[in-house]
Amino acid sequence: MNILVCISNVPDTTSKINFKDENKSFDTNGIQFIINPNDEFGLTRAIWLQQKSGAKVTVVTVGDASCEPILRKCLAMGADQAIRIDAIPEDGFFVASQLASLCAKEKYDLIITGRESIDYNGAMVGGMLASILSIPYVANCIQLDIDGTSASLQREIDGGIESLSAIFPLVLGAQKGLVEESDLIIPNMRGIMQARQKPLTVETPSYVEGQTTIQNFEKPQVKGPVKLVDAADIDTLIELLQNEAKVL
Amino acid sequence: MSVVVYIESQNGIIKKAGLEVASYGRAIANATKTALIAVTFNTEDTSILNSHGADKVYNINTAEDSFFNVDRYCASIVGIAEQENAKVVVVSASADGRYLGPILAVKAQAAYFSNVVALPGSYEPFTVKRSCFTNKAFNESLSEQGRVVVSLSSNAFGIVEQETAAEQLTGDYIESNSSLKVTSIDKVTNKITIADADIVVSGGRGLKGPENWHLIEDLAEVLGAATACSKPVSDLGWRPHSEHVGQTGKPVASNLYIAIGVSGAIQHLAGINSSKVKVVINSDPEAPFFKAADYGIVGDAFEVVPQLIEKLKAIQ
Repeated sequence: MNILVCISNVPDTTSKINFKDENKSFDTNGIQFIINPNDEFGLTRAIWLQQKSGAKVTVVTVGDASCEPILRKCLAMGADQAIRIDAIPEDGFFVASQLASLCAKEKYDLIITGRESIDYNGAMVGGMLASILSIPYVANCIQLDIDGTSASLQREIDGGIESLSAIFPLVLGAQKGLVEESDLIIPNMRGIMQARQKPLTVETPSYVEGQTTIQNFEKPQVKGPVKLVDAADIDTLIELLQNEAKVL
Repeated sequence: MSVVVYIESQNGIIKKAGLEVASYGRAIANATKTALIAVTFNTEDTSILNSHGADKVYNINTAEDSFFNVDRYCASIVGIAEQENAKVVVVSASADGRYLGPILAVKAQAAYFSNVVALPGSYEPFTVKRSCFTNKAFNESLSEQGRVVVSLSSNAFGIVEQETAAEQLTGDYIESNSSLKVTSIDKVTNKITIADADIVVSGGRGLKGPENWHLIEDLAEVLGAATACSKPVSDLGWRPHSEHVGQTGKPVASNLYIAIGVSGAIQHLAGINSSKVKVVINSDPEAPFFKAADYGIVGDAFEVVPQLIEKLKAIQ
C-alpha cells in the first residue's frame, strides 16, 4: 500500500499571533513551527499501517526550504521519504492542485490530509484534492479499517458518528480520534539519525493560479475586564446574564 | 444571476443553521439585486423559507437514500447552481456544510471561503471577512473568480425575516459514480449538540473526575445547553473527544459559554473566542480564563454550581 500524508507547517498551538507590513502578513518572528496537529494524527495512523502491513509512507508539503525541519521530523517519526513542492502556498486550491499533480504522477492508495490546518483553518485541501482527482473524501475521520481494496471509515458529525465505506484510492481528513493524543510518535535518537539518510526530494511546482488572496489581517477587539461576582451572590450573576448580557 | 443557499434539515425539519444561511443569502441577493434560490433535501415543510427571503425553493427527494451523501448532494446542488447561473453559493458551518463546501467549490469551478463571519465587503471583486488562526485573528480575503462558495460560521450573521412568495419546485437527485457509501449513522437524538446550541456548559480538570460530571449535565439540562469539556478532560478519557473544545477540538460560537473548572489554556480560549458571552467559575483567581471572560466567580465549583442550578430552576 502506498500512502501519501500531506503536511502543513503551522505555528505552535501556544503561539501569540501578530501581523506585520501594515497587517498584510503574518509575523513569524519568535514563532516556533510544528507539524499541523491534525496532520500528525494522520501521519501516526499511516505509520501504524507501515509497521503492521509494510505500507510505504511518503510525506509531502508545499512550501519553501523553511518547511524542511518538519519534514525531517516526519521522517524521524517513521515516514519513508519526503517531498517538498517548492512553492509558496497561495491558497487552499493552489495547494490541492499541486498535490493533485503529484498524485497524477505517483499512484497513492490512501491520501491523508489533516481535517484543517490550525493557521488558516480553510478545512479545504482534502476535499478539493479528492474532488480534483474525482475520488472519495471522508472529512473529520476518526476511524479507518482496511479490508483489501476497500476501507470502512467513521466521520464525526454534529451529535454523532457516521460510518462509511469506500474503495481505494481515497482521501481522508484526519483528526484526533483517528489516533489518540497519547499515541503520537515522539522521535527517538535512532529515528532522528535515520531521518538524515532518508530521501527528501524537492520538486518544482506545476503551473496553477490560486483563487483567493488575503488582503489584510486583524485581531479580535480587546475585551474589557471581567466582571467578578461574589461566590455567595449567585442572584447577581443570574441578573447580569438576564438583563445586561441578555443571554438567559 | 442568483444566490444559491443549501438549507439543511434534520428529520424533515429545517435547522437553525439553515435559516441563518437563508438570511445571509437574502442579504447578498438584496445587495446584488438577484434572486435567492434555496436548495433543501427531504424537507417536510418548506414554508418557513417564505419568511426568510427565498424566491425559489428546490426540495429534493432522495427516496431510499436517507443519509447525507456528499457526492450526490454536491452534484444535485451544482446542477441547480448551473441552471440558476449562481454567482454565490452559501453553505453552513455544520459538519456536513464544511464537508460539502470544498468539494462543491471544485465541481462548480468556484473559489471557496470557509469560516466566513460577515457579509461581503464588495462583490466585484468579491471580498469577505473570515476567521483564521482558530479565532485568534480574522482576514479579509478576495477572489476574482466568477463564482464563489461561502461556508458561513454559525451564529455569525443571525436570523433575519423577510417575507417572499417562494416558488416551490422539486429538484433532481443526481446520481454519482463515487464508491463512497454511508452505511449507518449513530446519533444521540435526545441531546443538543455543541454546533446547534445557544448555550454551552463546559467542564475542566477542576471537576476532579468524571463522577462529578452530573454538575455539568444538570446545569446544561436546566439551561437547555450542550455539554463540552477541555482537552485534558478528553485526553484523560473522562469525556468523549466529541466534547473537546479548542484548537484541535471543536470551535464554539454560542451566545453563552459557561466554563467550570477550566483554567483557560490559550488553545481552549481560541476555540471559544467566537462565543458572545463567557462566564467562568474557578477556584483559582489567577486562572487565565478570567482575562477572557465577561463574568466570573472565584469559588469552589462544588458549592457554586449546585446553587446556580437551584436558582435557575426557581426562575423557570
